[in-house]
Amino acid sequence: MSEILPVIWYFIIGFAVMMYVLLDGFVLGIGILTPFADHDDQRDLMMNTAAPIWDGNETWLVMGGAGLLAAFPKAYAIVLSALYLPILCMLIALIFRGVAFEFRFKAQRSRWVWGIAFAAGSLIAAFMQGLILGALVEGMPLTGGKYVHAQAFAWFSPFSMLTGIAVVFGYALLGATWLILKTEGRVQRIAFDLTRPLMLAVIAFMLLVSAWLPFVNSHLMARWFTWPNFWYLSPVPMLTVINAAALWLAVIRNREIAPFVLSLCFFLLGFIGLVIGIWPNIVPPSLTIWQAASAPSSQLFVMVGAFIMIPAVLSYTAYSYSVFRGKIAADAGYH
Amino acid sequence: MTEALLLSRLQFGFVISFHILFPAFTVGLASWLVFLEALWLRRREEHVRDLYFFWMKIFSVSFGVGVVTGIVMSFQFGTNWAGFSSAAGNVVGPLLNYEVLTAFFMEATFLGVMLFGWQRVGHGTHFFATCMVALGTLISTFWIISANSWMQTPAGYELRNGIFYPVDWWKIIFNPSFPYRLAHMVLAAFLTTAFVIGGISAFYLYRGKFPEKAKLCLRCALIFVSLVAPLQIIAGDMSGLEVGRYQPAKLAALEAHWDTSSNVPFNVFAIPDQDAQRNDYAWQIPHLGSLILTHSWSGSVKGLRDFPRDQQPPVMIPFFAFRIMVAIGVLMLLISWYGLWKLKRGTAFTSRWYLRTWMAMTPSGFIALVLGWWVAEVGRQPWVVYGVLRTADAVSPNITSGSVLGSLITYIVTYLLLFGFATWYLIKMLRTGPIPAPPRARTLSTAARPLSLGDEEMGERP
Repeated sequence: MSEILPVIWYFIIGFAVMMYVLLDGFVLGIGILTPFADHDDQRDLMMNTAAPIWDGNETWLVMGGAGLLAAFPKAYAIVLSALYLPILCMLIALIFRGVAFEFRFKAQRSRWVWGIAFAAGSLIAAFMQGLILGALVEGMPLTGGKYVHAQAFAWFSPFSMLTGIAVVFGYALLGATWLILKTEGRVQRIAFDLTRPLMLAVIAFMLLVSAWLPFVNSHLMARWFTWPNFWYLSPVPMLTVINAAALWLAVIRNREIAPFVLSLCFFLLGFIGLVIGIWPNIVPPSLTIWQAASAPSSQLFVMVGAFIMIPAVLSYTAYSYSVFRGKIAADAGYH
Repeated sequence: MTEALLLSRLQFGFVISFHILFPAFTVGLASWLVFLEALWLRRREEHVRDLYFFWMKIFSVSFGVGVVTGIVMSFQFGTNWAGFSSAAGNVVGPLLNYEVLTAFFMEATFLGVMLFGWQRVGHGTHFFATCMVALGTLISTFWIISANSWMQTPAGYELRNGIFYPVDWWKIIFNPSFPYRLAHMVLAAFLTTAFVIGGISAFYLYRGKFPEKAKLCLRCALIFVSLVAPLQIIAGDMSGLEVGRYQPAKLAALEAHWDTSSNVPFNVFAIPDQDAQRNDYAWQIPHLGSLILTHSWSGSVKGLRDFPRDQQPPVMIPFFAFRIMVAIGVLMLLISWYGLWKLKRGTAFTSRWYLRTWMAMTPSGFIALVLGWWVAEVGRQPWVVYGVLRTADAVSPNITSGSVLGSLITYIVTYLLLFGFATWYLIKMLRTGPIPAPPRARTLSTAARPLSLGDEEMGERP
């Protein structure tokens, strides 16, 4: 039992993080793209496509955090305290992004403040999430089971800067394809125009990160580039190539649904690739899920709740999306 | 190291004190919205629906600030309190995770339907969404109070190598102080909201605006407070007895009681001097201390001198915070019961000074609530898990005081900005007031901005 529970929890937390990246990814993407709108009414429209659902989307981040504390408290303690400043920046950015949804529509003279807060908050939160990912993959070496780096900027590296920028472009792609799905007319046109360069950028970043990754994380190198692993794992890169081609075709044919779905798949494949590389560590380079696991009783207790509640959460999330399905009309009001 | 500890404590105290204002208010407000919508569904009176939309707007701004400051909380334990997370994660983590699974998702998802779904779902479904939001706020209170109560009165665990291991989840969740503290907190949230509703309605009546709607709200608030304020005093009293049983040092601190004795007087006022371990300028009522703390005329209460200095909580904050909280509670009771009498005589809505009293009491719940939390949290020191884990051992070992100082300043600036803007927008909404909401359109997107509450009705945008 104490062997298998951490594995199950690895998947639960992986699922929560994945849900967060996909769902809040497109909302943060909308924020990153708002500066490209022609005028304020279009920005309102872009925000209104996500206004009823952003809060639920962001809750997956809290689920990831609380899940980590419950199932892998050691990893939670090490990662969050080691990445103190990037996490602070992400939280502050998420605060401004989040209240902008409320405040922007209540404001009159200060409207522009919340327009900037929404765009800058989204951009910084996305960058910090990418940076955190990069720093985590690069690893936090432990001595005597503890991370003793008392350096506030240990996370700063060219690689974590690269992953930060890559995530910004990735989220922007999700946001653009979401807008293609949810809007029409001028805003949709803007989204289509942005999707092409974004797509190329994301493919480029994916190649760059994939090429660099093995050199920053030798565990990952060994996982991916040894025989016969490379052969067994080859479907992941192959699917990614097919996915990229399908996305390209969908966009040049002006499809409305497929670009968003394929962008989500793009993220999913990238995420799977990373997880395969890191497994079975939860904090690279050496802290495994079994070493970081909480007491079996703790993991079991929440697992029961998670198995009951996650399907319930998914079903009412689906219900909420279906209530707000369809194109957002230009005059669809707030509240 | 010690600087990082002090700064981390200041930071946690600041972000949690700020955060709790908003959930406490929205816990009460969500239930108020359920009441208003139920009333509307029953009577179909337009002024009730207008009130529902008015309070819903206020709810959405408050809830928004509560959500974003709450996300900060869920990361604080890791960033600043890694020692606590590593030691107590086995126990506290699951409770917080259950809060996310059973409450946060439900609140957040149905909030979208509640705020934006009026034209898209039927009346019954909309009411269901409001109920789910309210239920979510209460479930959330259940779990967070359970986790905090476990830190006050830890139970159902065993300690191995400095790590807490769960033994009995039932005992962990329903730890000794939990039932009293849950009741005390839920009632506090309801009272806080009732005084905001009553205070704002009194303001409208005072200015002669929206008389019909304001009378309805003030009547509800007044009757509610007159029923709940005495219940709250009972819950607080039971909570106090429990503190005496399980956290005697905290009880002694909030009473500034130094020497173990019977026939304990009640210090109405004193200047506690922790260095000299005594009180100056004490003004006492004989026997009242024993009567309150032990429910007997001459009951014995343990004094602070019985605890080594390094196990004494700071006295100043709990002592004064407790006194102000109790005074506000008593004031709430008096104002509401006096109001019942005025209501019967028909002068509750016309008496200028009585309306002014309600207006002045608008923030009273918030003040009592935060001070109550200070009593609970400062009174628990120097422990983070009472009697077992010291706060000094709970702080992250690898953070620098520079980082924490930076984050503390950042949080203070950000939260003051948030508070300023939120207050400003709330005042604007109050100025507009519960104006008639336009009739409900059944069509999906054809109606031109039918319920764009934030914009047009408030005359803010062309």
